[in-house]
Amino acid sequence: MGLDFTVIPKYLDVVLLGCLWTIAITVAAALVSFFGGILLAVVALYAPAVIRLPFRAFEFVFMGTPLLLQLFLIYFGLVQIGIDLPAFVAGVIGLGLHFAVYNSELIQTAILAVDRGQMEAARTLGLSRTQALRKVVVPQAVRAVIPPIGNNMIALLKDSALVSVIGVSELTLSAQRAIGATYRPFEFYLLAAAFYYVINLGMEWVQRRIERRIAISR
Amino acid sequence: MTESNDFVQIRHAQKSFGTLEVLKDISLNVARGQIVAIIGPSGSGKSTLLRAINDLDALTGGEVWLDGVQVNKKLPHRQYEKHINEMRQQIGMVFQHFNLFPHMTARENVTMAPKMLKGLTAEEADALAEEQLDKVGMLERIDYYPSQLSGGQKQRVAIARALAMKPKLMLFDEATSALDPELVGEVNQVMKKLAEEHMTMIIVTHEMDFAASVCDRVLFMDQGVVVEEGPPEQVFGNPQKDRTRAFLRKELDETE
Ligand SMILES: Nc1ncnc2c1ncn2[C@@H]1O[C@H](COP(=O)(O)OP(=O)(O)OP(=O)(O)O)[C@@H](O)[C@H]1O
Ligand SMILES: [Mg+2]
Repeated sequence: MGLDFTVIPKYLDVVLLGCLWTIAITVAAALVSFFGGILLAVVALYAPAVIRLPFRAFEFVFMGTPLLLQLFLIYFGLVQIGIDLPAFVAGVIGLGLHFAVYNSELIQTAILAVDRGQMEAARTLGLSRTQALRKVVVPQAVRAVIPPIGNNMIALLKDSALVSVIGVSELTLSAQRAIGATYRPFEFYLLAAAFYYVINLGMEWVQRRIERRIAISR
Repeated sequence: MTESNDFVQIRHAQKSFGTLEVLKDISLNVARGQIVAIIGPSGSGKSTLLRAINDLDALTGGEVWLDGVQVNKKLPHRQYEKHINEMRQQIGMVFQHFNLFPHMTARENVTMAPKMLKGLTAEEADALAEEQLDKVGMLERIDYYPSQLSGGQKQRVAIARALAMKPKLMLFDEATSALDPELVGEVNQVMKKLAEEHMTMIIVTHEMDFAASVCDRVLFMDQGVVVEEGPPEQVFGNPQKDRTRAFLRKELDETE
């Protein structure tokens, strides 16, 4: 049996819907990973040990174990202690926290690299250390790591396929459903790959726009 | 309010970094409206003294007073933080490398602290930014980012940022040292204007001409002590100490 792309139109809506779910979960998880990354970075650098050490343990788990396992744990595991999350929410939390840990590493390094004179100038005006971090140091650090954070977000997009295993009807799972109905794996996996590629291009475009906008303010 | 003669008081300031004693029992009084220049060779402790005034570098001994309030008063940590933040609002500081906030426009650089700490509304903050940036001749560049400004322009914005907190005292740490020679004049002009308005200022500088023309008093520091002080005519025209003479001779050679 050769290739037959004429089967695609009939299932295009299914795959397109999956595409939308993939975009939704990627955007939501990216936001979690961005703001979570900032929070984790500030905690790692400045929080007292009672707060910092539990966070470190949490990061250690998220860095050192497979994302797939983390998703199972959040979706199937938490139910046992009474936390029954919808699959989409579990997926966003799992992906978001996983990449928050990676973003935090980048942001920590960037915070330490902000010129000491910036904190001094802010303190001289009368800002507290917390105020100076929030208004002066962290915004500069985040601007400095937009390109590598962007790379993490592309990785996040690709890893979002993993949430298919907890039943989120995103792009990969939608393609599989179309395949189940048509027995045409090559055509639909290829289609899904094309869609991932397009989303990827879109993300790179957004990233370039952000970089261009902040170039002047660095 | 205190006697104008002791508006700023430094009493027996002592500072060590580890075993290195950088300030050795320095005392200094500055009257309200007075302008004091601090000169001296590299490493003599000029910056350290200036930074001790707003507690950016904490003294290991001695006291700093501003307008009847002790700046470095002994308080429990929490209370001290609150106290020092309030004191710092009254002490403007200008750095050699400007330290403008690169992610904010000139306007935002000027208004950020007043908005945050004095609760200014957006309109009040805008009016303040316009007033202060006009004063330093930077009104046309109000919405420019630091990356779009020359060194002299950056420093003028930095001065406006400090002035926006309405400080009682301004500290300048070699405000023109990082500038190309042709940009020094515009910053000096702003400082002269402040002098005419009787702003109390302590100015660390390598520019002897400027110190002579603007300041009421000149302090020559070397190795952590004040070697000589007096009106500029005296310190520059008729220095009493050998070390002062040697330093001035060297400075003159370099600028020629
Ligand atoms: N944070 C620090 N830790 C250790 N030593 C320091 C520190 N800051 C300054 N020093 C030392 O204190 C001495 C005085 O430094 P300071 O910066 O006050 O000199 P300065 O008179 O301002 O010199 P310059 O004209 O080069 O700016 C120098 O020997 C310097 O190396
Ligand atoms: Mg210095």
